[in-house]
Amino acid sequence: MATTYRTCPVSGLQFEDQAEKLMRWNAVAGVLALLAGGITALLVILTRWPAIKLLPADQFYLILTAHGIDMLILWIIFFEMAVLYFASSTLLRCRLAAPKVAWAAFWLMVVGSIMTNVAIFQGESSVMFTSYVPMQAAPHFYLGIILFAVGALIGCGIFFATLVIAKREKTYSGSIPLVTFGALTAAIIATFTILAGAGILLPTFLWSVGLIKEIDAQLYRMVWWGLGHSSQQINVSAHVAIWYLIAAVVFGAKPLSEKVSRFAFLLYILFLQLASAHHLLSDPGMSAEWKVLNTSYFMYFAVMASMIHGFTVPGAIEAAQRRKGYTNGLFEWLRKAPWGNPVFSGMFISLVSFGFLGGISGVVLGTEQINMLMHNTFYVPGHFHTTVVTGTTLAFMAVTYLLVPVLFKREMILPKLCQIQPYLFGISMSVLGLVMMGAGTLGVSRRHWDMAFSGAPFQYEWPGAAYLMMGLTGIFGVLAVLGGGLWILLVVGSLLFGKKLDGGKVSSQPTPIPANTQASSAVAHGSDHVAVPGTVVLALLLFVAFVLYYFVNWKYLSEVWLLS
Amino acid sequence: MSAILPPSERLWWKQPIDKVEWAWIAIAFIWGMVMFVMMIYWHVYGKQNLSNETYKTTPEMFAAKAEKFIAENTVRTETDQQIPVVKVPAGGDGYLIARLWAWYPILELEHGQTYKIHLSSMDYLHGFSLQPVNINIEVIPGYEHVVKMTPTKAGTYAIVCNEYCGIGHASMLGRIYVK
Repeated sequence: MATTYRTCPVSGLQFEDQAEKLMRWNAVAGVLALLAGGITALLVILTRWPAIKLLPADQFYLILTAHGIDMLILWIIFFEMAVLYFASSTLLRCRLAAPKVAWAAFWLMVVGSIMTNVAIFQGESSVMFTSYVPMQAAPHFYLGIILFAVGALIGCGIFFATLVIAKREKTYSGSIPLVTFGALTAAIIATFTILAGAGILLPTFLWSVGLIKEIDAQLYRMVWWGLGHSSQQINVSAHVAIWYLIAAVVFGAKPLSEKVSRFAFLLYILFLQLASAHHLLSDPGMSAEWKVLNTSYFMYFAVMASMIHGFTVPGAIEAAQRRKGYTNGLFEWLRKAPWGNPVFSGMFISLVSFGFLGGISGVVLGTEQINMLMHNTFYVPGHFHTTVVTGTTLAFMAVTYLLVPVLFKREMILPKLCQIQPYLFGISMSVLGLVMMGAGTLGVSRRHWDMAFSGAPFQYEWPGAAYLMMGLTGIFGVLAVLGGGLWILLVVGSLLFGKKLDGGKVSSQPTPIPANTQASSAVAHGSDHVAVPGTVVLALLLFVAFVLYYFVNWKYLSEVWLLS
Repeated sequence: MSAILPPSERLWWKQPIDKVEWAWIAIAFIWGMVMFVMMIYWHVYGKQNLSNETYKTTPEMFAAKAEKFIAENTVRTETDQQIPVVKVPAGGDGYLIARLWAWYPILELEHGQTYKIHLSSMDYLHGFSLQPVNINIEVIPGYEHVVKMTPTKAGTYAIVCNEYCGIGHASMLGRIYVK
């Protein structure tokens, strides 16, 4: 298949024609899913805000199901497909493997998305994102997710095949770039994840049409979380890769150590998908030994990997800034960073919020005994809004400010608003996560329509602080939705009305990445090492916060009823 | 030169790792070990560990056992729905049914006594969320979970269902009295 290669005059990135179109379409499909997810988010927030309580119960559960599916599956994975094609075809400057198959995968994902959404909005499938059996959804709810997953799996296959093509056609020499390595990690985890998903959703689909009589509810939970949590690890790998990408593009930062960063990605592959067990810590069907093994040995190596990235990403930025001469004190490198550039500010807020809020809360939540204090409370969505939203979504938003000019050849409109958006979204979403965790610590349930328990035979009055936390959840939730809506507006507005940019030279042949000369290798070796004291201080701050918060929760646990 | 290009040093895996990075990796590793040991330590010395005692059951079998327990130990009924209040014998077994959309029956306990509370669901998943103590346990149909509980303070406690179980989920509220 004949194709062409365009070299972007601004970034120097080289886009193969088919890969470029696929990236655009996947990104646009992702933004549409985000729009649906954002509208439903607003309805969810306005219902859980006790002073407003907008929707009746049936609509609330329907909308909450749609919010989970549209955000956690559709938005994130469509965008990740674009990231995979970018990290393979664009960064390695090669043609995309089997573009027709890639298009088939894309349309399969589109059909699946629509099918599942139709099932939800028909009203017979308000089973939540987790769709725990024996509660049953309409068959096309499961079928849509299965089609979407098959499409995503094919997309991963295209990514792997593209890596092979680049190697065979020698478009680069040496090893693949770190960002591509991170994307490779994401794709490998995605493959595992989708197979686990097939392992549970296929039988569930057959059960929904009556071909299988019964599915064990505990077994479902175990296998489903092989899909449910592992899919979040795809996100972690993808957004960490994007952190490195942004650090490289904005600062010219190079990894402190290729070895350490790649090893940390490898730990994700080896250990993260097994961490799914931490969803089952308060379940009856597993032994304590199984729980401890799965949350410690398997999870803590993955935690270690995230702690390593949390050090090496800002470390790489600090080193790059210090090389440019920002060497005063501990933090001049950070003060003089381009805070007005949404690519950087979005990425840095993502990094800090993911580390301090999402990371710490996740590990505490995933501690066998402490889990009993938080399981199924509002703490859980509080936690994952600071991982998958301020972590992943914000990183994706930040990189989009970079991609609109180079990929869509449009200038971003309203630059002032672009500057504000990452702060509005990132900060309000971080605070939202915090107050949600606060409400959860006070016992407030997730996925719950009515704090007043109307229709119940008894009364239970939540503490006043719980109502305060839920009120704050409402306020910051609305602000976060505004921040997200602003991003959609800016991106869609720029695609439609942004100033058209020069696309650059088009050629029928790819230009390979020039091989490293001996000279540049020598420069990179040893002698240019820069110390990163500011990053050390930030990392130690994270560590102290981590340790304190961890032990505070043991203290809380020691005060409840005795259990054995 | 950067993360979006192949590593400038072809033999990147032979490059030495900086001391500061080693130190951070060591901290992360040791912290992981501390957190691992903490969970085991709590199993030995801690007083709040979730029971491992679980049996396969069916809704019919569990309901039969619970009805027998209720028939033998009911002390009174409450509310216009005549929900039985069942006094669990000190040190004995109590049964709590989770079903759409109620916790049944009301249990009466004494503080400082230890009880074996049997939990199971008749239908969907439910979530046992004891408030304001804030203990949360998943309740799964087909599994009978025997949890040993020792209330530490007298009072009236609520059991909120915190696993989504359909349209009436938010009205699924139960009660435990502790004397």
